[in-house]
Amino acid sequence: MLKLENLSFAVDGDNGNREIIRNVNLSLQEGKFVAVTGPNGGGKSTLAKLIVGIEKPTGGRIFFNGEDITEKSITERANMGISFAFQQPVRFKGLDVFDLIRLASNKKISVSEACKYLSEVGLCARDYNNREVNSSLSGGELKRIEIATVLARGTKLSLFDEPEAGIDLWSFQNLIKVFENMQKKNLGGTIMVISHQERILNIADEIIVVANGQVKNHGKREDILPELLGTQMAVPACERGGVAE
Amino acid sequence: MMDEIQRRLLMEVADLHTVPEGAYNIRANGAMAARNTTANIDITSKLDKSGIDIVIKPGTKNESVHIPVVLSESGLKETVYNDFYIGEDSDVVIVAGCGIDNCGTHDSQHDGVHRFFIGKNARIKYVEKHYGSGQGTGKRLLNPRTEVYMDENSYCEMEMVQIKGVDSTVRDTIAELKSGARMVVRERLMTHGDQDAVSNYKVYLNGADSGADVVSRSVAKDNSKQEFNSGIIGNAPCNGHTECDAIIMGNARVVAVPQLEANNIDAALIHEAAIGKIAGDQLIKLMTLGLTEEQAEEQIINGFLK
Repeated sequence: MLKLENLSFAVDGDNGNREIIRNVNLSLQEGKFVAVTGPNGGGKSTLAKLIVGIEKPTGGRIFFNGEDITEKSITERANMGISFAFQQPVRFKGLDVFDLIRLASNKKISVSEACKYLSEVGLCARDYNNREVNSSLSGGELKRIEIATVLARGTKLSLFDEPEAGIDLWSFQNLIKVFENMQKKNLGGTIMVISHQERILNIADEIIVVANGQVKNHGKREDILPELLGTQMAVPACERGGVAE
Repeated sequence: MMDEIQRRLLMEVADLHTVPEGAYNIRANGAMAARNTTANIDITSKLDKSGIDIVIKPGTKNESVHIPVVLSESGLKETVYNDFYIGEDSDVVIVAGCGIDNCGTHDSQHDGVHRFFIGKNARIKYVEKHYGSGQGTGKRLLNPRTEVYMDENSYCEMEMVQIKGVDSTVRDTIAELKSGARMVVRERLMTHGDQDAVSNYKVYLNGADSGADVVSRSVAKDNSKQEFNSGIIGNAPCNGHTECDAIIMGNARVVAVPQLEANNIDAALIHEAAIGKIAGDQLIKLMTLGLTEEQAEEQIINGFLK
């Protein structure tokens, strides 16, 4: 359903042209839960932004359900069925949580419908609906609201950029459940999650390893994960102490 | 009797579809159009100049006063003096507002001078909305002056809104607070085209434990100009906070001058001011939800001024 062909992205840096994504070829199947992992600075977030349309590739093509979307805007891609949860959620002065969920769902929803999405991410809707999406919310709260906006959209392809970043240990347990639920009920269609967390990699159907702007490995979880754990690319604590659970 | 244009203006500035409940005084094109008084709230015309006295009896609770003004006659200029005497221990809502529709070539202008004398332990909520419409080349001008004198332990909340259509405004607000009095101001302003708006505040915290919170949120579009001068003077142990938050667009110009003066060692005064364009990541976030850039901008502004 998503196909990247020879995708490249370069920026002009101090030392000339710097390639962040280098000739990536990738194909995602319908309904799969795919985890993208790899070292920091390897190009994972950029890859997601290229798919969503926030960045424009300097080479290659992107196909979504067979249609070439390389030249399409963020808005057009969103309306075709691509959703994106930011790694660092955006704050808004004045817009409240309900406004954001309503805009995400793209219809007139009732408060109780909005509550459904907030409950999915472990927030008590009564406390949050009328809160402004501003700095009065903690990083973890914003993060969960961000995920709720993607759930409310219910699109064919949902991308999550490090959903675990900035979330405390207690919330993390819930977060895993959110993704387990999504996968079980197939709520999010095809799901692509950028993550460093073994618990998230563990529930994925497929794992893609991105490093140095390239896809280093892509395959079934059971084939990739053991390799990863041996290379310290995933959570090192699991290997060292063996007490992560 | 009021015509359709005046009715529409009335709806914009006072959310009134028909005559309101309780006490009211509706002024249309320089003359009284309707008035109602209640057992606790009296309204009388001034004898020496244009304007009214609103007298609220001590202990009046949960009552409201509406005093909207509408101008639909091009070229009309007026200055109106309204005095509010709010009795001790009362708790009332006062809704003022001015709507101007100018289809002609002459400037229409309403300058309202409002004075509030708020008794001990009294609470008021004051809402003032400004609105302008009409396709004429004549300008729509509004220059309100508000004076607030607050007795001990009184509370005053002011909501000032000017979202559309007023070409030029100079708003002056001064307040003097005795001990234990508290004032909260929420100003929301949007200017567009070639409009300009100036808002000046001087709040004197004269009594011990008095406090003021003056917050302005504004959006300046096109070639419009805005100036926000907010001064809090602490003459006693007190708390003061003023904040100006502005979104700037197009070729607009925004000046924010918060000013604090502490004349007492226990005066705690804070100011904040921020001016900036709409953050790019806010637009991008809403675009990833399927909104166009224009729709995203509209949502951000609406939320900001809500």
